[in-house]
Amino acid sequence: MITETLLTWTARIISGASVRWVDSQPDTCQRVYFANHTSHLDVVLVWSALPTEVRQLTRPIAAKDYWNSGPIRRHLAKVFNAMLIDRTKIKVHQSPIDLMLKEIGNTHSLIIFPEGGRNESGGIGEFKSGLYYLSKKRPELELIPVHINNMNRILPRGEFLPVPLLSSLTFGPPMWLEAGEPKTEFLARAREAVISLKDR
Amino acid sequence: MIKNWALLGVVFVLLSIATIIGQWLRRQTSLGLDQRSVNSYNSRVHSWWFFSAVLGLAFFQPLITVVLFGILSFWALREFITLTPTSMGDHRALFWVFFFFTPMQFVLVAYDYYAFYSILIPVYAFLFIAARVAISGDFQRFLERVAKIQFGLLVCVYCLSFAPALLFLKCKNMDGEYANARLLFFFVTMVLFAELLQFICGRLFGKHIIAEPIDTSRTWEGVLGGAVASAIVGLSLFWATPFPYWWQAGAMSVLIAVMASAGALTLAAIKRDRGEVTTGTLIEGHGGVLSRIDAICFAAPVFYHVTNYFFGVSVTG
Repeated sequence: MITETLLTWTARIISGASVRWVDSQPDTCQRVYFANHTSHLDVVLVWSALPTEVRQLTRPIAAKDYWNSGPIRRHLAKVFNAMLIDRTKIKVHQSPIDLMLKEIGNTHSLIIFPEGGRNESGGIGEFKSGLYYLSKKRPELELIPVHINNMNRILPRGEFLPVPLLSSLTFGPPMWLEAGEPKTEFLARAREAVISLKDR
Repeated sequence: MIKNWALLGVVFVLLSIATIIGQWLRRQTSLGLDQRSVNSYNSRVHSWWFFSAVLGLAFFQPLITVVLFGILSFWALREFITLTPTSMGDHRALFWVFFFFTPMQFVLVAYDYYAFYSILIPVYAFLFIAARVAISGDFQRFLERVAKIQFGLLVCVYCLSFAPALLFLKCKNMDGEYANARLLFFFVTMVLFAELLQFICGRLFGKHIIAEPIDTSRTWEGVLGGAVASAIVGLSLFWATPFPYWWQAGAMSVLIAVMASAGALTLAAIKRDRGEVTTGTLIEGHGGVLSRIDAICFAAPVFYHVTNYFFGVSVTG
């Protein structure tokens, strides 16, 4: 509990994030927050930007190879209730999507970064198909696009010391997978939803 | 002691009047005033309240005042660097700027080590930043990137640090231990008041806009009228300053008013260039801390050195 408060505030101070909800409200209903990924701090940042009661029901998806190395990271991952996914061992018969859905049950929400890895340029890469399969299996989940601005300058790839610039975090209006919508179209639409938040 | 309370009292009355005018303006929808400039006026008054409260502390604890100015500096620099695009190669240099040079400058100010803090940033940081960015090996638009970091550090940290440095400036005519706090209080009050007077004079008499693409409300009439009006206010506060003759307080006020306008216009140009004035999402409110302290940044080093030159005990320490 103490580490949680400490972690939230540290993340907020380092990132100097202004959080905005555009055509959208924080809610405890089951949701999937999907954001662009530019820095290791993103996971903590999105999670700490949520109001406490929403945050307690939200589990970020994080890379096992990063967050499971070393006792400090492992402890932090436990504090923000992360679901660690092994990026190297994704197989058909033990798909991480099934694992995620099993873990969240009917109460928890998810934070995912559909680009798969961090994007170096600060631009937004193509989305991996996980978001599509997730909504195909649970089409009633609300999908909330989240745009993270400027984090790639605060903690660029390969650096371990953050520079305290300001960033902004924009939550957009919910969207859903339309019945019969093709995979590529849906993923392009989701990516577009994140990009459009940049200038809102 | 009586002078301290008198100064606080005068500022409190002026602030209350400014606040009442602001609230009145806000309700006058029929006058056809630009709502944006009324809001900007009101946020200036708010920041003035904030500064006065902070400076009230200076009478009792100079150290706390230095620390608070340090925090302001840090925050303004943060906004400045956020506005200016830097590349990956600047990361390490920025780390030093934020976590070494900025705190160091204020530590040196707090210890009144003029010989060092007056050159820390213009000499050491200036050269260090250029060298550190070169070490990173990224030469794309090298000079542009280095200059941006240097400018930010100079304006947001070096220039601003001369405001709390006034707390340690020794003048010939200083009476009592609170004279320095009164000097700082006089300075900040005059800067903020000059900006308000400039705004009001510009509204009343403004015809010739100085630089329309940058700031549509800043006029030559506003700046001149504001300077004259600040001189009058400065004269009436002459008893609180260490200046021996009454006209000197007036002349200093004109200097402050001119520098304050120059600072506000310069920072407006930077913000305009980055398109952050109307559309930005990174900095909340009316441009954040940076646009509240722009006038102080430009006026502080000039006021400090002019005061030191004419009234200081020794010419530079």
